[in-house]
Amino acid sequence: MATTVHEPPIDLGRTPRTTSGDGGRNNVTTGGDLKKLDNYSPPPASTAVWVGIAAITMSFFAFTSALVVRKGGAPDWKHLTLPPILYFNTVLLLISSFTLQTARKRIALFMGGTKISNPAFWLHATMGLGLLFVAGQYIAWMQLRAQGLYIATSPNSSFFYVFTTIHALHVLGGLLGLGYVIRRFHKGILRKSTLDAASHYWHFMDVLWLYLLFVLWSKI
Amino acid sequence: MHDVSHATHHGPPTTFIRKHIFSTDHKVIGKQYYALALVAAFFGMMLSWIMRIHLGWTNAAIPGTQLLSSTGAPGGVITPEFYLQLMTMHGTIMVFFVLTTAPFAAFGNFFLPIQVGAEDMPFPRFNMMSFWVTFMAFLVLVASFIVGDGPTLGGWTQYAPLSAVGSASGPGQGTGAVLWAASIGLFCIGQLLGALNFISTTLDMRTKGMSLMRLPLSAWAWFITSCIGLTAFAVLLPACILLILDHVAGTSFFIPSGLVINDKLLPHSGGSTLLWQHLFWFFGHPEVYIAIVPAMGVVSHILVTNMRKPMLSHRVLIYCMMGIGFLSYVVYGHHMFVSGMNPFSALVFSFPTLVITIPATIIVLIWLGSLYGSRLRINSASLFALGFISMFISGGVSGFFLAQPSLDILLHATYFVVGHFHMVMGVAAMFGIFAGTYFWFPKMTGRMMNETLGRVHFWMSFVGAYALFMPFHYLGLAANIRRYQAFVDDYLQPLIPVHKFITVAALFTGFAQLIFLYNLIHSRFWGAKATENPWEATSLEWSTDSPPSWNNFNGKHIVVYHDPYQYGVQGSMGDYVMQTSPEQVATPGDEK
Repeated sequence: MATTVHEPPIDLGRTPRTTSGDGGRNNVTTGGDLKKLDNYSPPPASTAVWVGIAAITMSFFAFTSALVVRKGGAPDWKHLTLPPILYFNTVLLLISSFTLQTARKRIALFMGGTKISNPAFWLHATMGLGLLFVAGQYIAWMQLRAQGLYIATSPNSSFFYVFTTIHALHVLGGLLGLGYVIRRFHKGILRKSTLDAASHYWHFMDVLWLYLLFVLWSKI
Repeated sequence: MHDVSHATHHGPPTTFIRKHIFSTDHKVIGKQYYALALVAAFFGMMLSWIMRIHLGWTNAAIPGTQLLSSTGAPGGVITPEFYLQLMTMHGTIMVFFVLTTAPFAAFGNFFLPIQVGAEDMPFPRFNMMSFWVTFMAFLVLVASFIVGDGPTLGGWTQYAPLSAVGSASGPGQGTGAVLWAASIGLFCIGQLLGALNFISTTLDMRTKGMSLMRLPLSAWAWFITSCIGLTAFAVLLPACILLILDHVAGTSFFIPSGLVINDKLLPHSGGSTLLWQHLFWFFGHPEVYIAIVPAMGVVSHILVTNMRKPMLSHRVLIYCMMGIGFLSYVVYGHHMFVSGMNPFSALVFSFPTLVITIPATIIVLIWLGSLYGSRLRINSASLFALGFISMFISGGVSGFFLAQPSLDILLHATYFVVGHFHMVMGVAAMFGIFAGTYFWFPKMTGRMMNETLGRVHFWMSFVGAYALFMPFHYLGLAANIRRYQAFVDDYLQPLIPVHKFITVAALFTGFAQLIFLYNLIHSRFWGAKATENPWEATSLEWSTDSPPSWNNFNGKHIVVYHDPYQYGVQGSMGDYVMQTSPEQVATPGDEK
């Protein structure tokens, strides 16, 4: 039976977090009364994942700025037709977000005492879809190579390879995160904050990919 | 109460390797960062000595330089290319591995968790990775001395296309430039991991009673710096990736069409040289504040302790540091006034450059106003804190001139700029590091530093630094171009004596740092034993052992009752009340 450690059972509802963190709104008045403390702050994993998302967002804004500047002043910009498999990959990634949400719900029910066989199944399914997405991206690169479009062929192909490769590396990072979640779940030491952080990151990979796909479609 | 779940991810280390090398203890990591910065600082200083001797006596053979490069310094005489390589490495090492590493990563790692009352950072393994990735970055950079034809010669800013076109553009521009970009890319990753921990620690790991406004000014400075670093390094990293691709994958992100180097037409097309400048300076200007804001916090923390009274306004000082952090992103274009930008764009960047002086000036006025009438305890730490203010003002004043595009166009490529940034960013931040070292050494090691040697170190450094860098402004106004390795033009010949004087000042100032190094090492092993609170200070780091135990507070749950700086009050222990003391203090400074 899997259990959480240091935190209450997983509840995916909108109830306020009652965690162990003491940061924030818990002033002790001078000579004060400790009973008046309001323990209410997010666990570090939640903060950290948003901090990480902020950093990744900045990085991709930098890449996008580079694309806009490079395209603006270049006579060598040529149109590139995106490999159709990218759209299939997009669907896979979007479905993986739904499977992850299903996994979170089932794990919450399981933690609440409901009997569920193989509660981690949808986590594995999410990982599988993520792996398929990365494999699909690889196929897209191979298709471009077959057309003679390498990273140095044109600025369009350069940006295509850079965007998709860096994103795929981040997806692989997310897969590692999901693997960590599954391992802790099976060990019975999964924290809600860990699952939340991994989920937020994974959903962000979706949003980021949709953004990149739009940029690639409209600019390349 | 803060749950131990966040605090005790790791038990006490049991093996030598886990305790001293691959440690997840934030204090050990802080010391590792400090040691790295120390090695880097002396290496970078040695490079500057070689450059200065060469500038004073161009044909002199400098013993030992052949060891750095047999082709760059045949017979000990520096070649023009090797001079540029030394300059590039000096700048890169000092900016990244000293000024970023010591005041932010070293002191911040050691003291931020303690000052918030936590037992460690929330992600100790990331923290360990942060240091080792940074260390690898340093090794990769230094390796360029022994790999290929030496380090890159493109300057610490690595302007394209010179930095991107490979070995055709000079020694070190092939492998050396790739190693530079790889090193800085790794450095970015290390600092991003660090920033993640710093932000989470500040927001989530504070102990009971530690509201944000009860954080010491040093903790605030580290927090603000980590926010700046998070966004700045996240932009430099992509820039480095694109630069590496231009080298190794044949892309043309930064290399324009039709570029001919050494009579050879390069096969690249359409790249933008200005793109690198935009990406670099979007990081580069915030980087100035990544170096200086932690020093501001450290100096404020030390001054308050030695003034024995709070700052005029704790809150305004914090808001001003935040303001500087925010504005640091919108001023970067002032580094590009000579890039051919539209004059209107120059005006747009000039305005916030002048505006950013407002919060900086308010901070200085708060320091000076707080010092006025105080009975400052004079010691090595407070002397260096005063020295910091002096350098910050002296170096900052020349910034007003450089903020004007019309003046900057004249002064940009001269020693005036070199003098400006060495004083306001380099020496000022170094003084902040020294102040922090003298102040926190007892807590970090359990030993006191030698006070007499500390004061000798201060006065030699203070006089030496002014003698070294003030003449740079004169040289700049006399149109002495920077980056020249020799002064053969007629109009530069009369300035050579000034360069010789500067070289003597550099050697003198460098000698003072050897005194510091001796004091540091000797005191580490044979210094007088430090008590728990030798400075009668109030913040949480002084509520625990010197040095602190592996879990900081010996497993005690710390509760904070006061603002960080309860000085000049009637407390049970003297004129101060510690943050952890529950005693009632009637003071107007207790901001709730």
